[in-house]
Amino acid sequence: MIKQLLDRPGPATALVVVLLLLTTWGVTHSPRSIVLFMMFQGSILLLYFARMPTRLKAALTILTLGVLMPILGTINAYYMEIAIQVGIFVALALGLNIVVGLAGLLDLGYVAFFAVGAYSWAIFGSPQANLIFGGEHFPLGPWWFFVFLFVGVAVAAGAGILLGLPVLRLHGDYLALVTLGFGEVIRVLANNLDKPINFTNGPKGITPINRPPIFFAPLLRALGIDPDPNVIYPLYLYALVLLIVGATVLANRRLEDSHIGRAWEAIREDQTAAQAMGVPLVRMKLLAFACGASFAGTVGVLFSAKQIFINPESFTFMESIGVLAMIILGGMGSIPGAILGASVVTILNLQILKGLSLWLNELRNAGTVIFGYDLTNLPTQLEPAKYERMIFGLILVLMMIFRPQGILPAKRRHRELEEER
Amino acid sequence: MVLLEARGVSKRFGGLTALNGVDFTLEEGHIASIIGPNGAGKTTFFNVFTGIYVPEEGAVLFRGTAVLGRRPDQITELGICRTFQNIRLFSRMTAIENVLVGMHSRVPLSFWDVISRNARWREHERRQWERGAELLGVAGLRDKANELARNLPYGEQRRLELARALAADPSLLLLDEPTAGMTQGEARSLMALLRRLVEERKLTLLLIEHNMRVVMEVSDRVTVLDYGEKIAEGQPTEVQRNPRVIEAYLGRRQWTPGAGPAGSVRA
Repeated sequence: MIKQLLDRPGPATALVVVLLLLTTWGVTHSPRSIVLFMMFQGSILLLYFARMPTRLKAALTILTLGVLMPILGTINAYYMEIAIQVGIFVALALGLNIVVGLAGLLDLGYVAFFAVGAYSWAIFGSPQANLIFGGEHFPLGPWWFFVFLFVGVAVAAGAGILLGLPVLRLHGDYLALVTLGFGEVIRVLANNLDKPINFTNGPKGITPINRPPIFFAPLLRALGIDPDPNVIYPLYLYALVLLIVGATVLANRRLEDSHIGRAWEAIREDQTAAQAMGVPLVRMKLLAFACGASFAGTVGVLFSAKQIFINPESFTFMESIGVLAMIILGGMGSIPGAILGASVVTILNLQILKGLSLWLNELRNAGTVIFGYDLTNLPTQLEPAKYERMIFGLILVLMMIFRPQGILPAKRRHRELEEER
Repeated sequence: MVLLEARGVSKRFGGLTALNGVDFTLEEGHIASIIGPNGAGKTTFFNVFTGIYVPEEGAVLFRGTAVLGRRPDQITELGICRTFQNIRLFSRMTAIENVLVGMHSRVPLSFWDVISRNARWREHERRQWERGAELLGVAGLRDKANELARNLPYGEQRRLELARALAADPSLLLLDEPTAGMTQGEARSLMALLRRLVEERKLTLLLIEHNMRVVMEVSDRVTVLDYGEKIAEGQPTEVQRNPRVIEAYLGRRQWTPGAGPAGSVRA
């Protein structure tokens, strides 16, 4: 029934607009209601599915992400944090989607490229670099952050090629194992490169990392807005994340729908046949590794600027698996799938499971009795936050049984050939 | 003019000699066939030409250029393209996308062209799709452009593989059992198509084929392999009468007087 409604442009638009406004209004009135915020997120999903003119949809998307979300984020800073995290993971998932989803190269150490990007800005955007080069030239000024967004791309792409070169002859399982090893090597390096020269400050991590400059502060003052960093930074970082995600989606779509993307998919389908048809395997695989890695590198730079502090803990094997799970859940090789998968998993971890824990805690503290069972006696081990990995795993297993192709599997583009003439 | 030449090609897999000092030449504009019993080394020979296997001994020249030591994609760029015995399409891509992949080595676009989607990219992409549609038309698959390759019936998959190979703009096309699994009628129409291609596109064809009627009908020259060695070569009618060929196909039989001729080679 909902599907029929969404297929009719008029009612669909009305429904989506009303839902978006209603939920936004709802959150402004009870900022702490996670249910209302989830309904807001759900309306964004409906917006994606609703059938309406492309321009209208684009306008509504921009309005939602560019205006409504920042409003919600100012009301409740945690929502902004969730939105930023979702954005970071969307960009990561899109990068991995190129390597795994399109080119079919199973990469279990993807977070390494994220780490490379993050550490590149962390080292030079903090006093850490003084320990390496001596003197007092560092940290680099906040403006350098923008340069490092591109440095992150370059360094991570380089790392991607470095990983790609020795492993190109490997297939499937072997490749997966080597990439897993590579991921661990990067993490262990980050953990141990504090001696003899202190590059990474080891497990203690690097802090304080410079944040991007609020170059528009004079403008805000002129408009009579107080540029309070505590208010501005989350919005600012959110805008940067949106920009990066936008660029990532654009690059992904352009690559996918080109001779490069088709060559990647051909390699995934049958690499011997692909090579026999003239696809240079080594070059195309390296390109896939480099492209995927570069997205991770640039969000890594943003991540370290957002966190101000980073240490190897943020770049564990579980993170690689998490990003992989996002694209499997969303649908391999599908851009909307990667976006949705990343959003669902991040929201599940940060919001729903934590929200459930909070709610259970409240019930327990209130001494609620359910079916004659006093919740005060509930052991603390039973907090949902403590077994979020289990729930997450359960969801993955169920998904693989009932919808192995993912939530939004890759669709083949239908071309009207006559029109091309 | 000689288009392809193999000199003393030997390929061994462990103790098994798949090809043993095979010489072979192919004239431009010809249709030639390689025949022989199962396991004679025919597909191995193809794999040597296309760079999938590197032989232990011998040389392969294409228009006088050494082929050995080049990667399969570089050989495709030189102008040799092939189809496979057991169809190897990109099964989860559409028919036309399969054909477009075949054009990869002829696309002069850089990474930057793709990312920026400049006028150059738009122009070449449009041309690729037009050519893809045209090639599908040649293979009689025009209305199947948006079908997934794996959803096509068997005969159409074979023709799609042909269209994909043609997309690489080859001057030599190697077809590994193109009519396998086809009815006599389908095989005949495919051969008519191939003949037309040879005439219109200045193509040279090398076939591995078991369907003797097809071989005898279309080939200018036939080469017979058995246990990795060339046992006969020449016009179809010559080869057909060659006693070694008959023996290879029918096995050495005790000759019984009055039993009649050992018979002609049949499919």
